[in-house]
Amino acid sequence: MSAETGTPFVRLAKRTDMDPRKVWLIRVGSIVVALILGCLPMLLTGNNPFAAYGVIIQGSVSRPIYLKQTIRTAIPLLGCALAIAPCFRMKFWNIGAEGQITMGAVFATYFALYWSDRIPHVPLLIIMFATAAIAGGLWALIPAFFKAKWNTNETLFTLMMNYIAIGIVAWLQGGPWEGRKGSQLIPMFSDSARLPMVFGVNCGWIIVLLLVVLMYIYMNKTKQGYEIAVIGDSVNTARYAGMNVGWIMMRTMFISGAISGIVGFIIVSGANFTLYSGVANGVGFTSITVAWLSQLNSFAMIVISMILAILEKGSNTLQTRMEVPASIADIITGILLFCMLSCEFFINYRLIFRKGGKKEADV
Amino acid sequence: MRSITKRFGQVVANDSIDLTVDRGEILALLGENGSGKTTLMNMLSGIYQPDEGEIYKDGEKIYIHSPREAYENGIGMIHQHYKLIEVFTAAQNIILGLNDGRMDINAANAKVKEICSRYGFEIDPSMKVYDMSVSQKQTVEIIKVLYRGADILILDEPTAVLTPQETDKLFAILRNMKNDGKAIIIITHKLHEVMDVSDKVAVLRKGKYIGTVNTSETNPQALTDMMVGHAVTLNIDRPKYPSPEKKLIVEGLTCVDDDGIKRLDNVSFTAYTGEILGVAGISGSGQKELLEAITGLYPVKSGSVQIIRDGKASELVGKTPKKIRESGIGMAFVPEDRLGMGLVGSMGMTGNMLLRSWKKGKGALVKRKEPEALANRIMEELEVVTPGVEFPVRKLSGGNVQKVLVGREIASQPEVLMTAYAVRGLDINTSYTIYNLLTEQKMKGVAVLYVGEDLDVLLELADRILVLCGGQVAGIVDGRTATKEEVGLLMTQFNSKGAE
Repeated sequence: MSAETGTPFVRLAKRTDMDPRKVWLIRVGSIVVALILGCLPMLLTGNNPFAAYGVIIQGSVSRPIYLKQTIRTAIPLLGCALAIAPCFRMKFWNIGAEGQITMGAVFATYFALYWSDRIPHVPLLIIMFATAAIAGGLWALIPAFFKAKWNTNETLFTLMMNYIAIGIVAWLQGGPWEGRKGSQLIPMFSDSARLPMVFGVNCGWIIVLLLVVLMYIYMNKTKQGYEIAVIGDSVNTARYAGMNVGWIMMRTMFISGAISGIVGFIIVSGANFTLYSGVANGVGFTSITVAWLSQLNSFAMIVISMILAILEKGSNTLQTRMEVPASIADIITGILLFCMLSCEFFINYRLIFRKGGKKEADV
Repeated sequence: MRSITKRFGQVVANDSIDLTVDRGEILALLGENGSGKTTLMNMLSGIYQPDEGEIYKDGEKIYIHSPREAYENGIGMIHQHYKLIEVFTAAQNIILGLNDGRMDINAANAKVKEICSRYGFEIDPSMKVYDMSVSQKQTVEIIKVLYRGADILILDEPTAVLTPQETDKLFAILRNMKNDGKAIIIITHKLHEVMDVSDKVAVLRKGKYIGTVNTSETNPQALTDMMVGHAVTLNIDRPKYPSPEKKLIVEGLTCVDDDGIKRLDNVSFTAYTGEILGVAGISGSGQKELLEAITGLYPVKSGSVQIIRDGKASELVGKTPKKIRESGIGMAFVPEDRLGMGLVGSMGMTGNMLLRSWKKGKGALVKRKEPEALANRIMEELEVVTPGVEFPVRKLSGGNVQKVLVGREIASQPEVLMTAYAVRGLDINTSYTIYNLLTEQKMKGVAVLYVGEDLDVLLELADRILVLCGGQVAGIVDGRTATKEEVGLLMTQFNSKGAE
């Protein structure tokens, strides 16, 4: 290669293979780098980063009550990450989990408000669970249908559906379901519509952990999981293998939406005990981070959702104790995401620097 | 261009090629698929850089590192696939990327009009690209190049998508430009167009420069001989199957693509058991569409595809690939795009074996035992070099990828086996492995359809050769008696209707 043809100074080359242990070392390393970079905003706001990290840990896991609150934050994150995992495996960019959660919550709330005096506790919860799942699933089915039929852009479509769902709740809040006139609030659920506590946290955690196992099996061991993986790799290959791509898309989105709907049910029935337009509270978006950082592995999602919950819960404490804005946690999450995604880049590619006349570049 | 060489990995795409074009001259660049025409032109237009060799313009040595530098040297290329922005107008597209500080659309319009009237283009500068016909889009591309002051124009298969009338118009314009002192290089497969429009013809074959002749002193037959060369003996075994029967009957098959262009036009043929039916043709003559239409992947406009099983014929047109598979018809297909269509790149061999059998068995869970055994068997029998059956096939070499694909398709014990460019990019040994596998299948009574690009191979491997040209069957010849020249001429013999 002559110098005249102008080899660029740095080139990228695909790595063929890498020791899996080394891969995990790089991933852990990227978290460490993120935490170090996270010191910067704290230093800028004039705080001791070590003390701040200490407070974050202390405020999120040091006492049982803190830990319970942290777990309560982690439950919807984990559940929702599980929901979007099959879509993302299929490269169907469902960013509408927020709306699917909301719709699930709406239908669960309907039964909590109007049927709680007529149906006993356990059947009521089961009905709420089931209708929330169906509602979330159908809500997700709409963009999937349009994608399958007319190849509409699912990213925009699912995003817009979020605002419709939130709008519906806002209308219910001020209209038909308003409790005290003028309050703009939906009444609190009665006890029979609330999820029971297990070890001091609503039993949503059991549901979500069950979903972790189920989703792992679904994605890795079932025929449907296989179809999803093939479509994610190449739609043409899926068609070649005789798969009905549109149908599989719709089915997967229904399942995804149903799980999001269940998360909505857990939120209203296990934590908020009422419905308001901010019921999903960004979970549908944060869970994308969780799913992505976990490489769509269900079990890794447990860890990642806990890390993000610790950051969120801890930074609230940070705010009250050290008067550091809680949005610091968002900044650190952002840095974390950035570091972990860029480390994937270094796992897949390597940089080749131009060397004087060496044939190195052809390796 | 002097002794230009370009390598891609171990493949030499251009092997020290010399090429000269004068002002006021149309040079036709002729060659089979993969002979290196487009690579060569891409080096002139700055998309690739040559590994060796020099480029001179007006006696001066020039270096072209990017398309922009090509423009600065007055070289412009009109690619086969147009690079226009649909929502912009013609004029906006033409000035796109010209960075002279300001955008004066009125001045641009005026200059475009001036260029149009000078060479005889008919185009409205304010027309949006999405409202344009294919030929109008091409006009915009040509004006774009002229607007940038190019005096050397390269056109890559400009007539492939044009009607005969549009082609005539284009040629008239080319002649106008020639008379204006521009140098024009046109890449084409169509011999009658070469004879029609060019002054000189340069021929490439397998990356090598064969020679340049004056168009007035040659004829299509001589050009074909230069293009395909003399037959090379490959010693591929070609036994005869004792009792061939009709297996696949295709009648009047016509397919139309999204743009309304006919990809297959009234294609009829019969494939027999125990026969390798070679399919030859210039790339894009309908080979891909033919195989995909038979397998139910490409929409069929009219015609029928029947498969004969136990003396009974069943119709395939209108059935989805899933239906075809469910009805038990053993059809194997090795598509051209191995990783993008035939295999799942991110999965291992086992996962890829599953692609044929994932539906098998009751229950929701995937049965991995059998595919794994199959993967191990193929790995051993075909000597696939891989760290293991779970290793992603994307990371295997091209030859091993193809072994996995062909191995799987043959393992399905097909009645009809279709392969598209089965040996493209493979080394000699792997190629022979594939030839032997196909012949083995043929001797088992399978009807094999082999779409190929290397005529030498087709002539030694196939029992009969079907030649496609512009989506039509140009002829079916006997593989044992046909000559390379015969097939080569059929490949470029467009009928009076042109390429549609």
